[in-house]
Amino acid sequence: MRKYVPKDNVQKKSYYTDRFHVVPRVPREKVEDEHFVSVVEALAGDVKESYIEIGQLVLHINPEDNFKVLKILKEECGYTQCSEQSAVDYLAKDNEFELFWQLLNITEAKRVRVVCRLANASAIESVEPLFKSANFAEREIFDMFGIKVNNHPFLKRILMPDDWEGNPLLKTYPLQGDEFASWYEVDKIFGKEYRDIIGPENRDPAKIDVEDTKRFSRVGYEVEFGADYSTEEKDIEYSETLLVNYNKKSSKQLDERR
Amino acid sequence: MQVSNKLTPFFENLNFERDDNTMVINFGPQHPSAHGQLRLVLELEGEQVVKAYPDIGYLHRGIEKMAENMTYNEFLPTTDRLDYIASTSNNYAYALAVEKLLGIEAPRRAQVIRTALLELNRVISHLFFVATHALDVGAMSVFLYAFREREFAMDLMEDYCGARLTHSAVRIGGVPLDLPEGWLKNLASFCDKVDYELEHTYEALLTENRIWKMRLEDVGVISAEDALSWGCTGPMLRGSGVKWDIRKEEPYELYSELDFDIPVSDRCDSYGRYKLYMEEMRQSTRILRQLIPMYDDTEPQLMAHAPQYISAPKEEIMTQNYALMQHFVLVTQGMRPPKGEVYVATESPKGELGFYIKSEGEPYAYRLKCRAPSFFHTGLLQKLLVGTYIADVVTIIGTTNIVFGEVDR
Repeated sequence: MRKYVPKDNVQKKSYYTDRFHVVPRVPREKVEDEHFVSVVEALAGDVKESYIEIGQLVLHINPEDNFKVLKILKEECGYTQCSEQSAVDYLAKDNEFELFWQLLNITEAKRVRVVCRLANASAIESVEPLFKSANFAEREIFDMFGIKVNNHPFLKRILMPDDWEGNPLLKTYPLQGDEFASWYEVDKIFGKEYRDIIGPENRDPAKIDVEDTKRFSRVGYEVEFGADYSTEEKDIEYSETLLVNYNKKSSKQLDERR
Repeated sequence: MQVSNKLTPFFENLNFERDDNTMVINFGPQHPSAHGQLRLVLELEGEQVVKAYPDIGYLHRGIEKMAENMTYNEFLPTTDRLDYIASTSNNYAYALAVEKLLGIEAPRRAQVIRTALLELNRVISHLFFVATHALDVGAMSVFLYAFREREFAMDLMEDYCGARLTHSAVRIGGVPLDLPEGWLKNLASFCDKVDYELEHTYEALLTENRIWKMRLEDVGVISAEDALSWGCTGPMLRGSGVKWDIRKEEPYELYSELDFDIPVSDRCDSYGRYKLYMEEMRQSTRILRQLIPMYDDTEPQLMAHAPQYISAPKEEIMTQNYALMQHFVLVTQGMRPPKGEVYVATESPKGELGFYIKSEGEPYAYRLKCRAPSFFHTGLLQKLLVGTYIADVVTIIGTTNIVFGEVDR
């Protein structure tokens, strides 16, 4: 029987897991720090869950409150920098994305992570008016996950080309790329009808084709491109400019760094 | 989106021929001053930039995707390719994030070695900055002198780990090797050399140089508020008068025990940032000098003892059956960290380098996000370049010190 391969998550999985292996969880501590308590209080109604994980406050919110929460955090709690924002793909499990904003307060030296769960195919409000760093970060989210961001000034693909199909960081997207990715250059430069003539891309960097006289396969036995090499001489004289007579005595090895 | 075919190829919807007085030019991705693969689309009015659009992605290799398909130890050498000017700081930021997730700490000797490597990398990176920045602005000789000293630093790295650019010199849980014989002596002489050259060569050539000052002063001005909002970190933030250094504020490794200053400049321009880089190199050599005597007081243990996650030392693997079994499982299956998420920020030479790791208890990270400082500094270009002259564009790209390995990832 053919092995079952799930289609909703094609990322690499461990081939063996001990039946009795229980995965522990990183401890989530109660919010006791004075500053963090005041942050949670400032956001009283909007926070669904709050805890400390590895020294940083984690706040779970509703996706529609993101602008409001980040505005309060910026203006009232002093979180003036949004270090990072991105998404995690949970489509296979829950059909939603997890979005997070990593905020930094430089006067208190504290970090807060605001987390929300966004349903598939719904959009999130841009925080670009609050943090300009969101300009690039949200474009990256859009590019990598296909999450639409409302009211972003210039929502366009950032890392992938504009005419790319698919969102590379989705779990459904294979590591080696999909059909579109493998023929992207050929389709674009020559057209689809050239796929058969050019052939699929070879991703083996060590591949040497003896028939191909162009790509280093005949180092030392170079011939013109496409020329017949079957009758050539086997004894090749190397150029003098490449192999100079190496005189060991004339060179000097330093005992110590200069 | 325009329809592209062979006759009208896809060209990013850019209309280069304008009816009004503005002109659109393409800066890069092959421009030697674009620091790699930056493509800037500039709209010019005369010689003044009215709109700048940084186009990135020419070096996109999908490193975050690769992280989801590699075990934690397997991924470590890939982090070398982020900021390839200072690989150890990437290795370290990643290793620290995983260590925080696992809840382990590297032994003391490994910490000394790591801190020394980090600071050595900072010097390497800053020397590279001074060299290329000066070259972009037009001072060729500084490039040659700075690369000479950088070569010595890379020799030191080579003596330690065998590699010059892609070090992988830090492992999750410690370091793989002890320092070779005489390395600390060489390090001390290197510190002296850098300090001497800083004062007598680079600063003598640049700091009071009339052309250098004219090209850098009041170029690329960014206010503290903007710098924070655009996500600037490291020298870009400190150059705007914000005293924020993660080594001091959220100390990791041995930084809490070391004595060093955080240089800040409130000039907000390229010249202030240049001075900052010079001063940071001095502070780095100061840290390196303090680390040298610390090494001798440490135990020889190099990797943390956590058999569930980290292989035992080679000796034990070769002599003890259980250590060998653990090692076999860790190599073939990879370590399984607990479920949870972690974001750890470190001060890389370019700014805040952070790793966000989401673990679901599998040997493969469920999601890894690399917060690269250069990515946000590139985003800043669309604000910073507007209103400047085309001749200053190169200076501003130079002063942001962006490296495309970590912009595109």
